Amino acid sequence: MSLRTPLSRVRGLGSAKDGTEHWWHQRLTAIANVPLVIGFAVVLLNAVGKPHAEVAALLGSPFVVILLLLTVGSITWHMRLGMQVIIEDYLHNEGVKIAALIANTFFCVCMAVAGGYAILKLGFAS
Amino acid sequence: MTDSEIPRERPLSPHLQIYTPMLTMMMSIVHRMTGAALYFGTVLVVWWLVAAAAGGSYFEQVNGFFASWFGQLILFGYTWAAIHHMLGGLKHLVWDTGRGFELPTTELMARLSLGASIVLTILLWIVAYGMK
Repeated sequence: MSLRTPLSRVRGLGSAKDGTEHWWHQRLTAIANVPLVIGFAVVLLNAVGKPHAEVAALLGSPFVVILLLLTVGSITWHMRLGMQVIIEDYLHNEGVKIAALIANTFFCVCMAVAGGYAILKLGFAS
Repeated sequence: MTDSEIPRERPLSPHLQIYTPMLTMMMSIVHRMTGAALYFGTVLVVWWLVAAAAGGSYFEQVNGFFASWFGQLILFGYTWAAIHHMLGGLKHLVWDTGRGFELPTTELMARLSLGASIVLTILLWIVAYGMK
């Protein structure tokens, strides 16, 4: 006999209410990151140290803008999930843990917005 | 007064300090460490991007820092961390399918990911600098 309702059983979301979503998104972004991060690294290592005009021209290409935007989106989502696991593993004080989880989300959103805005500005400037 | 109010030493499961370090274990730890390093390292990448968007003398300053030997060293380490974390992640994707759990296989994958991370990092820099 189970005390779980039929609805709860058929949803299969468990006590955390999000089922395998965390695990799945971590894998999804991990797979996306493979080509994206390689492209991102090649573009940035290529651009770094060059005069501003050349950097602006390279980061003004629509292909580069789209690549960089996708990368920033995928890595910031991936790193939020990863850091969440680290926090939940090592921080056992409930208050500290919640504060760290909030800080984690704030940090990742800030990186996504700052990076995304900079890329869009460079993209629309040229 | 119940027993539950008396503080007692609870038994703990064995942790890292009692095990002999092994390559597979080190690779697991390094995977998490590179993940955390990459996390905080995004500040550097975003800093450069925002500086590029701001332009002017501010960009010259930030760009000069990353072009210096110290900046290049940080970027090289950062690229290695990314590649190593990526290879570790690919290993996990293999394990997710239920394959590759035999001891010789895990040992081989640990050695391969360490070796390949160094080779691929150098290769990535050659490609990126070759295109300059």
